[in-house]
Parts: sequence; structure tokens; C-alpha cells
Amino acid sequence: MKYAYYPGCSLECSSAAYDMSVRAVADLLGIELREIDDWNCCGATEYFSQDELTACAVIARNLALVEPQLDQVVAPCAACYLNLKKVDNLMQENPALADKINQCLAAGRLHYDAGRVRVRHLLDLIHTDIGEEAIKDKVVQPLTGLRVACYYGCQIVRPYNGSDNPEQPVKLDQLMTWVGAEVVDFPVKAHCCGGHMTQISEPQAFELIRRLLHNAQEYRADLILCMCPMCQLNLDAYQNRVNSFFGTNYQIPIIFFTQLLGVAFGLDWKKLGFGKEIVAAEPVLRKKLTAPAATA
Amino acid sequence: MVGTTLELRGSPFLHEIIQEVPGGERIVRCLQCGTCGGSCPNGADMQYTPRTIFAMIAANEREKVLKANTMWFCVSCYFCVSRCPQKIPITDIMYGLKRIAIRERAYQDTDAPALAKTFTDLLDKYGRSFELGLASRYYLFNRPVAMLKMGPMGLSMFTRGRMSLVPTKIKNIEQLQSIIRKARELGGTRP
Repeated sequence: MKYAYYPGCSLECSSAAYDMSVRAVADLLGIELREIDDWNCCGATEYFSQDELTACAVIARNLALVEPQLDQVVAPCAACYLNLKKVDNLMQENPALADKINQCLAAGRLHYDAGRVRVRHLLDLIHTDIGEEAIKDKVVQPLTGLRVACYYGCQIVRPYNGSDNPEQPVKLDQLMTWVGAEVVDFPVKAHCCGGHMTQISEPQAFELIRRLLHNAQEYRADLILCMCPMCQLNLDAYQNRVNSFFGTNYQIPIIFFTQLLGVAFGLDWKKLGFGKEIVAAEPVLRKKLTAPAATA
Repeated sequence: MVGTTLELRGSPFLHEIIQEVPGGERIVRCLQCGTCGGSCPNGADMQYTPRTIFAMIAANEREKVLKANTMWFCVSCYFCVSRCPQKIPITDIMYGLKRIAIRERAYQDTDAPALAKTFTDLLDKYGRSFELGLASRYYLFNRPVAMLKMGPMGLSMFTRGRMSLVPTKIKNIEQLQSIIRKARELGGTRP
């Protein structure tokens, strides 16, 4: 199975653990990811706030750069996924806008036919295209006894996800059950982490982060699994700031779902990017996972 | 689905929003049910919830709407959009309000426009986002005091190899810049 791969800027550095574990897990599952050559930033939410046509054109350049023999693109980051999907959708629904976007692309000698590339999120691809049986086949370190909270965030499940529930999604829960983890209830699983509010207005952002940490702790989760770099950054890197702001003492490791999949598949933890998270995940993993010995 | 519920004729601002936002014409279907504000994680901190904003747009309260904090508190979580019984693209309308407020410098008490501008300036220059450049420029010029509190966090990101000191530049930056120039020249999404 071959897919175009759009890592996005966060995966280059601040969420390198996501990129490392995505590539390692994909390789093991026989998913060939072909990185889009010379891809550019999707503009996150920041271009749409200023200039919608430029926002669309900047995103469309990436769609136009997908190799002609590939017809699907995978984006692990929620904002990148949403933006690629949103522009493709807008172009399909609005031919006049599609023409305008193509006029912009033409200035760079590019063109994109609306609908040519199907935009996928990695979770959907692993859950649907690979499926339960193939996943179970690869498990060498069952995650028995490990209590995980599956956190979906916003932009992967809303507004474009037709294949899972937009408020109580289940695909990551199911995937984690397949590899033996104990999935805890996590009613806020598709609530917002605050996004860029941490940069603009900390009290609001910290409250949103607190609700998520609190809920995970109430359900005695050993860790929270993320599928978006922004969610991981807000919950992990701001956890200490949130603790000092509210006088709490949360110490919940926040990792990417692909890192934990890699653990279940017996991959080398270093190659999965462990150690980059600020609240260390390795102690709880070592405590909970016994046989066979974890490869460090 | 109910048809037109907001009064269309009296408000030039309503027409402006419809022009500004692809799919924005659906705003006239608003039933004033309030599901949007009730679903919003930041609804309690908004001066006016989206429902109220839509009524104000229909009443042509342009200045008040553009000065409101509502759109700057929108975190693009799309909860309201997925719940709206009339399928109004509420998040996109919030983006449209941000754009108009930024173009006219009508916004008040928010650093969000500065963050957005710093972010896209770096994108225009390098083709990729550059987190350290973004954080240092944005905090230095807008929130110098808050910058001090960011220090320990920045350091722990750095020691874990999660913060790059230099930006990545794409190979064909000229191509991206030509596309951006053309988009600016065409000036917006309206036909």
C-alpha cells in the first residue's frame, strides 16, 4: 500500500517522536509512505484568519505536488489533515473558487484537480486499511493492564470525518483494544486542548487543558494517547504550568498513539521517540508491561 | 431544513459576511437556538456567543461585532459546526470576522492578530513554520513579560531535541512566493 505522506512542520522537530513512530509503525505494517517532495507549511489556523485565498493556495500547493501515480495523502497532524481536506472539499463544492486557486497555482506552474487526491488521517488508515486481524498478528508485547485514555481532539473528527462519531469517536479505542490495552472511559476525548490559546490567553487555555488532565486522572489512566502535535504539546509541555496555575499535581505522560503501537509491536523504544516527552512515559510503561521484556 | 430565518434585506453587513465566507450564505438559516454557544469550550468567556453575533450581524451592528472578543476566542474546534441543526459554517464565519477586523484594524485587546501575522510572515519567508522564531518574535514584541515564564518550558523542549535553533527553508521557495503573490493580487475568495 502506497500513500503520499505529508508530515507537516511540527513533525520535523517539536513532535519528532510522532514522525519517528509513524514511520517505524508504517514500515512494520507494510505501509509505504512517500513524503511529498518540498512540501510547505499548511498555515495552520493563522492564514485563514488573515487571507482565505492565500490560505487555500498555500495548502493547494501541497495537493498539487502529490505524485501523479498516488491518489491518497496521509497527514498525521490534525491541523494539516483538516486543512488539506478542507481545501479539497472547498474546491469540489465551489468550482469558481477552484479556478481562482488554480490561477494562483499557475503562477508557480502547478495545477490541482479538485478531488484527485483523497486526504486521509493516519488513524483511519491503520484502523480501516490495515484492520484488526493484521494488527493483532503483529503484537509481540501485549499491553495488558496498561490503562490508556484515547484523546482525539477536534480537527480529525470534526467537521469532515464521515467514518467515526464526531463527539464520541471510537476508532483509537478499538485499535488500542486490539493490541491488548485497557481503554478507560474518557468522556472528554474529543474536547479541545485550547489550540493556540496557550499563546494568546493562558487562563482559558489552561482551563481547557486542566479539564482533560482531570478527566484522565478520574478514570485512573496511566497515560493519554494523542494523535495531534498541538494536543500533545499543550498537555505535555504545559502540564507543569497548569499545575502551578491551579495548584494541582498532575504527572500524566502524554504520548502519540503510534509510539504505543510501536511498543506493542516490539519496536525499539528509542526509534519510537521515547524520551522526548516532558512528563516521562517510560517509568509507567516499565512498571505495567512485564513479559516479554521491553526492548530498550 | 428551515429556509431563511434572519432578515436579509436590512443589513449590508449580512451581505458582506455572505460575500466574505464561502458557504456563508447559510447564515440566513440561523434559528437562534443557541446550540453553538452552549457547545463552545470558550462560550462563557465570549462577550457575545455566535448566536448573538449572528443576530447582531442581521441587525447591522457592524462596529460592535468587529470589536467583540468572540471570534478571537474561537479555537476552531468545530463543535458548534458539527451540532448546528442548520449546518451553518460557524467556524468559517468566525474566520471571516477575524479577517475583516484585521483588515480594518478594528480588533481590541487581543494578541491573536500579531500571532497570526508573525506565523505567516515566517511561512512566506521559509515555506515552513519556525517555532523558535515565532515564539521569540511574537513574545518579544507583544508579551515581553510572559516571555520570562516561557523560559523553563523552552529549555526543557530544547534539551529534549524538540526545538530547532534554525529554520528549515523549502527548496522551491520562489514557487511558493509566486503563488502567494498571485493570491494577494487576486485579493480574496469572492468571484
